[in-house]
Amino acid sequence: MKKILAILLAMAMLASLGITAFADEEPIHLTLWTFQELHTQLYKEMLDRWNANPDNPKLDIDMQVYPYEDMHNKLTIALQTGEGAPDIVDIEINMFANYLKGDIQLADMNDIVEPMEDHLIMSRFNNYAKDGKFYGIDHHIGACIVFYNTEILEEAGINYKDIKTWDDYHEAGKVVLEKTAKPMCTWESKDCWSIYPLVNQHGGDWLTPDNEVRMDEQVVIDTLAFMKSMLDDGTAVACPGGNHHAEEYYGWMGAGGAASVSMPFWYLNRFTDYMPDLAGKMKVAPMPLWSDGGHKSAQMGGTGTAVVKTSKNVDVAKEWLAYATLSFEGCVATWQILGFDPIMTDVYGSEEMKAPNPFFDYYGDDIFDVLQGVLDDIPDTCLTDMFPTAADIVRNQMAYDLVITGLSPEEIAHNCAEELRDAM
Amino acid sequence: MDESAKTGRPLAKRNLLLNPKVVPYVFIAPFLIFFLVIYLYPFISTILMSFQRIDGPNSVEWIGTANYQKMFNRNFKQALATTFRYAFWDVVVLTIVPLIFAVILNSSNVKFPSFFKSLYFVPALTSTIVVGIVFRLAFGTLPTAPANRLLALFGQPAKDWLMFPDSGNFVLILLTLWRWMGVNIIYYISGLQAIPTDLYEAAKIDGANSVQQFLHISLPGIKPVLIYVITITVLGGFAMFTESVALWAQNNPGGVGRTIVGYMYLMGFYKNNMGMASAVGLVLLGLVLAVNLIQLIAMGFFRKED
Repeated sequence: MKKILAILLAMAMLASLGITAFADEEPIHLTLWTFQELHTQLYKEMLDRWNANPDNPKLDIDMQVYPYEDMHNKLTIALQTGEGAPDIVDIEINMFANYLKGDIQLADMNDIVEPMEDHLIMSRFNNYAKDGKFYGIDHHIGACIVFYNTEILEEAGINYKDIKTWDDYHEAGKVVLEKTAKPMCTWESKDCWSIYPLVNQHGGDWLTPDNEVRMDEQVVIDTLAFMKSMLDDGTAVACPGGNHHAEEYYGWMGAGGAASVSMPFWYLNRFTDYMPDLAGKMKVAPMPLWSDGGHKSAQMGGTGTAVVKTSKNVDVAKEWLAYATLSFEGCVATWQILGFDPIMTDVYGSEEMKAPNPFFDYYGDDIFDVLQGVLDDIPDTCLTDMFPTAADIVRNQMAYDLVITGLSPEEIAHNCAEELRDAM
Repeated sequence: MDESAKTGRPLAKRNLLLNPKVVPYVFIAPFLIFFLVIYLYPFISTILMSFQRIDGPNSVEWIGTANYQKMFNRNFKQALATTFRYAFWDVVVLTIVPLIFAVILNSSNVKFPSFFKSLYFVPALTSTIVVGIVFRLAFGTLPTAPANRLLALFGQPAKDWLMFPDSGNFVLILLTLWRWMGVNIIYYISGLQAIPTDLYEAAKIDGANSVQQFLHISLPGIKPVLIYVITITVLGGFAMFTESVALWAQNNPGGVGRTIVGYMYLMGFYKNNMGMASAVGLVLLGLVLAVNLIQLIAMGFFRKED
């Protein structure tokens, strides 16, 4: 009797297993790591849309958010040991070169990137490429723009649209300082978002593709000299908290601390999230130009989303990623959800991008006119395997010496270049 | 009738576990295995890695002493200076201040001593990261930061505390002191309480004042505890990492906050250069060993007790 019962039970179990297996197609499980919680909002939206299409294989993506350093450490170790890596991972631009050393553990994306080449801003892909292979997909251009506090500028009688060159900017700063006792802008003392965009826009960079150091070129010295001249007369001040992502800066700037700040496009959401009191007062404008050449803007920051080679589902992971980030609707969603400047040229000027959203409410609806005016002249940045070292020197030495110790521009450029050469 | 006949098992096999020569090894086996796997293996592997260039799981290259030759650059020297400056003040402050508090708490004049003991101990239970954020904001850049308000009360101008080596180190020491003072107080009090009270009574009769009592009875009495506290403070000082990360994150404005451990971390994880990081780690090991040895010899730890 017991035996029969056991057999019946076993059969029932098997049957139930069979039924569930047939009733619903088992989704493919993927893991995704990111250090930026904001990105998961886009991923979740694009996953839902992907699964809503019956032609697509069902996906179930486990999105894990870690702090910036933790995630990159975990990834380094996982790739180093060949175990425990996720299928898809967000890698920050400064760290990306670390994962392109030796035997590359990331899958190349040429099969999804190349067909779209004519529609994409390809310089964003070169940041994550090696030997003609693309290993990461970015979400934004990161074009640098200037955010003006029109309330302060009006008090000083200045129209921000009249500021065309950096010299105009400096002159306007002097008026602002005189009339309102407020600085025109802040320079970061422990980060790279003040120095690097200006140097890069001016035509400079830290390295050549062959790892030759460019840090002590005249263009770097000239840019540092300009920044120092603003510090010297008080039109620029050291950024409270050391960088434009410090809580102290948000509080100070949000209370009308400075008349402007130059940051990449993705800084749009920092104002809307952390400085809500400035809604309606802030306007965006192109970076002022250098009178002795250079470019209209610079592309800064970024995240290369990559697929790990050891994943069991490389192909489907790539397919989904292409849909989420390289498709027209993915790029529109990138703007609507994240407030980024998408990497696809087709979306600019399209009706979908003009739909109302919190960013238009905050800055007015001419954001894209500003952006489109500069897109045709943005230089490439040169991210070699020495870039993480160069970025570290800029953050910790160049910015510090410029803003805090006040060394001469020649000394700063020379010291930093030597340090970078020593590290080769 | 013997055992083997009763159970039907061969005698030799059964007795192996009861053999007095084998049993001790069985008892220490868990520790031994743990030690070999968790300590000895990584240690040896670190030594090997310090002579390698590692670009990934499949590309390891032997490069001799190149890592050691490249190591002594400006950043490393800066980190070394930061570490020594911190370790020095850490030892000075964290040995003396808790000792003063311990003596006061141990004297009969203090009411509710256990209340104060627990009060001083509480910070040790908090998270360094949380404390770091609080300190970072308290010693912020703006004139409205609490520390700058305090300065303003004395008519001093606002200071950018975390941007300069000396004031940065001061904040770091203050954080460490606030956090670890309670632990050292507990060590000292346990040492003080082991000193027989009749020694003090005898000294009192002989007319010794409380300073003399402290210098001639308390201090020699807690010498073993003192050596212990200094040793772990030296170790802790050189290994400090979390506190500086909590205050400066990955930033290191002008070399203020990066210690050797921070430099090792930068090399290994931020720059993905495990070979160099291993070499830095070994140099740190050598330094800490040397400093500890000097300190132990100076304090007479290896001298035979009379």
